[in-house]
Amino acid sequence: MIDLTALLKEILSVSGLSGFEGPVREIIHKTWEPLTDALSTSKIGSLHGFKKGRGDDPRRRVLISAHMDAIGMMVTEIDDGLMRVTQVGGIDHRILPGQPVTVHGREEMPGVVVQPPAHLLPKSLGDGPVPMKYLFVDVGLRPSEVSKKVRVGDIVAYAQAPLELTGEALAGHTLDNRVSVAATTLCLEALQNRLHDWDLWAVASVQEEETLGGALTSPFDIRPDLAIIIDVCFAKGLGANDWRNLPFGEGVGLGYGPNIHPALYDAFEKKAKALEIPYHRDLMPKMSGTDAMGVQIVAEGIPCMVLGIPLRYMHTPVETVSLRDIRRAGRLMAEYVADLTPDALEQIHWEE
Amino acid sequence: MKSLIKKLVETPGPSGFEYQIRDVIREAIGNTADEIRVDALGSLIAKRGTRSESGMRVMISAHIDEIGLMVTHIDDNGFARFTNIGGINPLTCYGGRVLFMDGTRGVIGMDGIERGKTPKLTDLFIDVGATSKEDCPLKVSDVCGFERPFLDLGKRLVAKSMDDRIAAAIAIEVLRKLESTPHEVHFVFSTQEEVGLRGATTAAFGVDPDVGFAVDVTLSGDTPRRSTKMMTALGDGPAIKVRDSSFIADPRLVDWMVKTAQGAGIPYQLEVLEAGGTDGRAIQMTRSGVPAGCVSIACRYIHSPSEMVDFDDVDNAVKLLVKILSEPIKLD
Amino acid sequence: MSKNREVSTNHVPEIDTQPIQLLEKLCNASAVSGDEHEVRQIVLEEVSPLGDEVKVDALGNVLVKRLGQRKNRVRVMLAAHMDEIGLMIVKKHDNSLFEFDLVGGIDERQLPGKSVLVGRDHLPGVIGAKPIHMTTTKERKNKIPVSSMRIDLGPEIGDRVKPGDRATFATRFEILGPSICAKALDNRFGVAILIELLRHPPDTIDLLLAFTVQEEVGLRGARVAAYTFDPDMAVAVDSTPAYDLPHWDEEDENVQYNTRLDGGPAIYTMDRATIADRRLVYWLAETAQDEGIPWQLRQPGGGGTDAGAIHKVRSGIPSISVSVPSRYAHTAAGIARLDDWANTQRLLQAALARLTPDLLSGEQRG
Repeated sequence: MIDLTALLKEILSVSGLSGFEGPVREIIHKTWEPLTDALSTSKIGSLHGFKKGRGDDPRRRVLISAHMDAIGMMVTEIDDGLMRVTQVGGIDHRILPGQPVTVHGREEMPGVVVQPPAHLLPKSLGDGPVPMKYLFVDVGLRPSEVSKKVRVGDIVAYAQAPLELTGEALAGHTLDNRVSVAATTLCLEALQNRLHDWDLWAVASVQEEETLGGALTSPFDIRPDLAIIIDVCFAKGLGANDWRNLPFGEGVGLGYGPNIHPALYDAFEKKAKALEIPYHRDLMPKMSGTDAMGVQIVAEGIPCMVLGIPLRYMHTPVETVSLRDIRRAGRLMAEYVADLTPDALEQIHWEE
Repeated sequence: MKSLIKKLVETPGPSGFEYQIRDVIREAIGNTADEIRVDALGSLIAKRGTRSESGMRVMISAHIDEIGLMVTHIDDNGFARFTNIGGINPLTCYGGRVLFMDGTRGVIGMDGIERGKTPKLTDLFIDVGATSKEDCPLKVSDVCGFERPFLDLGKRLVAKSMDDRIAAAIAIEVLRKLESTPHEVHFVFSTQEEVGLRGATTAAFGVDPDVGFAVDVTLSGDTPRRSTKMMTALGDGPAIKVRDSSFIADPRLVDWMVKTAQGAGIPYQLEVLEAGGTDGRAIQMTRSGVPAGCVSIACRYIHSPSEMVDFDDVDNAVKLLVKILSEPIKLD
Repeated sequence: MSKNREVSTNHVPEIDTQPIQLLEKLCNASAVSGDEHEVRQIVLEEVSPLGDEVKVDALGNVLVKRLGQRKNRVRVMLAAHMDEIGLMIVKKHDNSLFEFDLVGGIDERQLPGKSVLVGRDHLPGVIGAKPIHMTTTKERKNKIPVSSMRIDLGPEIGDRVKPGDRATFATRFEILGPSICAKALDNRFGVAILIELLRHPPDTIDLLLAFTVQEEVGLRGARVAAYTFDPDMAVAVDSTPAYDLPHWDEEDENVQYNTRLDGGPAIYTMDRATIADRRLVYWLAETAQDEGIPWQLRQPGGGGTDAGAIHKVRSGIPSISVSVPSRYAHTAAGIARLDDWANTQRLLQAALARLTPDLLSGEQRG
């Protein structure tokens, strides 16, 4: 049995900002190696894990896609030993002052995000929030050292260590979307002891936070018949209590909207009910904000399902998740995949 | 090379209407390519070399379109209203001169605007000297580009469409200087970049490259107020793009380009651009994904009629690309 | 001055009752982006007996092939989107009122005080508004935000409506003299025109019809449909706004009318998503000229149609759009002329009949 907390801590221990997923890909590669029949890397860095089905050739293919990239920052300028940064992915600049970070230069350097005093900033800012372009990152080294070790384009990652909270809750950075990588891993583990007819492609995709790059490219060669996109969704909590937010730790989100094939939604709802896995309908009236936006429109089009793991404080370094929801998502995916009969695609049609 | 640049920048070719500039480029390429074709969206694709054991299929993309205007309405007094093709800043329009594809010339006027207020495009109009609707030679959907002669300031060059004809000049010069290559290189002179990387999107699908490079201009952070906090500066060498707002360059290619430049003693700078996109994105998202990078030329006053680049940067970009294409490319 | 100009048309095309009844059925059906079921049903009923090959793809597009007879046939894709803008129910509140969100581009000022139909059963509801007596002058200066609007289906609606259900305006199709008044003319016009083309297919070409989904949320259906068809060229058939209304300042000329009612089919040269292939612009304009069909150029500018997705597919597909002009698109009630619809049908019929591979030989030269 995989120790979920240990697994999460391991895949959270390395960076993997959008476009720079190398370090986390290595760890996922190592984790998936015993759980898959073959592993490969796409031309732009997504990890493709293949698990062969037992059905007759040609077998149907199901894709599970979890993006592995993280938000963070990138050095734009070095000024007197201090670095200016821009964002990779979406960051609210108001959470940055005082954050511990790691600068990935010629070597890894711990540092902090610095908010300069008001008298060194434009008067118009007053005591209001300070936009990112006025902030610095300080690694404590002298300017001559910094210019040797850091260059424009180096990445800067959040560095807070994960924290175990009460009630099987875990807090940390980059839980978006490493929790889904963990859930996919649990799914692969569960399938070790389950026969499945369909081929399974588990993909840890790149660049979701910036370009949907992995989602737009990996399915092109894999050409799955169905795709399950797993990502985090918004949990109820501080300042987030409307219809877009699901209860925390009380079940997975089943996406519902134009990115999701309604027959797949029905199939997952039925499966969740049968397994008594708690779930909530996660409404996505327009776009889902996930890799499904890309996967769905690759080539001739791919029917997609979106699964969500409710997460609090998204895109901060203290994102918080319930381990129970990760396990539920992993189990639901495994059961769904295991129960795909050779002719299951016939049920995924438009009502007509 | 300067005469080639002059010819390229003075030819009109707003997005979607690249046929004149395409002819100029076809002529300039002459027999330096093995094969030339034009795709459905009008991109000119010049192929050079065959892929050896150590080689790849490489796409080099330089967009040949420029920003421009399209007529939307001729009013009763013969003034033409227009919409933008690509990102037009109304501030740089007033008093500008325009050249229509059929040779008609005009100026951009404005009225009804208070001093100190920024005009909107709808406050502006084109005046071709007509006295009435009847004698106005324009019709709705006619297209023009800005007109401004090429200015050679020695080390620095100024023109209306350095973005991105300077890249076309670089690509042509690379074709001329490239003696041998282990690669099958497709020089794509792409269309419709300014309206959304459209030409490169379809050209990259057709070429199906193993690796791709865009060549484009980028902002520079070396003007007096430095409102753009970025380190790129004119004259510091070709810029190797790490990212812009449209894509993240493949870090393996970034490293490869840096090493190549260092090894050949070619000056270079690294670029992080917070606004703007390039054909690199279109290449990267093609089919099942393509490692893509971008060589940029730092440029002042982008999308104004007076875009300025440094000639040494241009020269060094040619050297860098020739060097990259002359040897096997290793990604690890 | 051109304002309020009456445009007379020489041709008064006749429309049979059959297409009008079909358009009525199509307009009255609900098909909010992502839930195009009702319109897809109608389309399938109509096209199944007529197409050589009919299929529904992974996104819900209806793809119909009808092959011609001659040699050297151009493979022409025609796309019309089935979806419309609308609402999705997102939450049931304690007082049996339902919160909703918008799907597609809707000006929220169009919503208060409207009747709607909710869900597959078309359950009637209303979007209410506070009595004016209880509003302040200051309040009336601000838009009513969508998040504070509710749909009321009566106190005993119970569980018949649930979050995820879609809603559309309740407007029913009506003929007003020379005009049609209906919801969703954008783009049931296109759907009706494609079906009619299939009834009278030109033998000289392969007709590849795509009844697309999710146009209003990002031209998504058209992209995959074009990938599947891989056509030689494409025409998006849509409906575009006619802003041919007087300027509030009488001194000012309306120079942004987009199109005008009675002006005939609107041929596109450029919108935000596509620069039309000029060879196709001339093809349509010359056909109209030769056949004496009134036509107009849509003013170049904003907006986008399925062509925006189609022309960028694979190695590129020469594309253009042609639209039926219609006033008040994306509101509860659009108004369009029967003549403009009929002339758009005629133009496409005539243009396709004369289409040869020569059109696409050689480079586009502006």
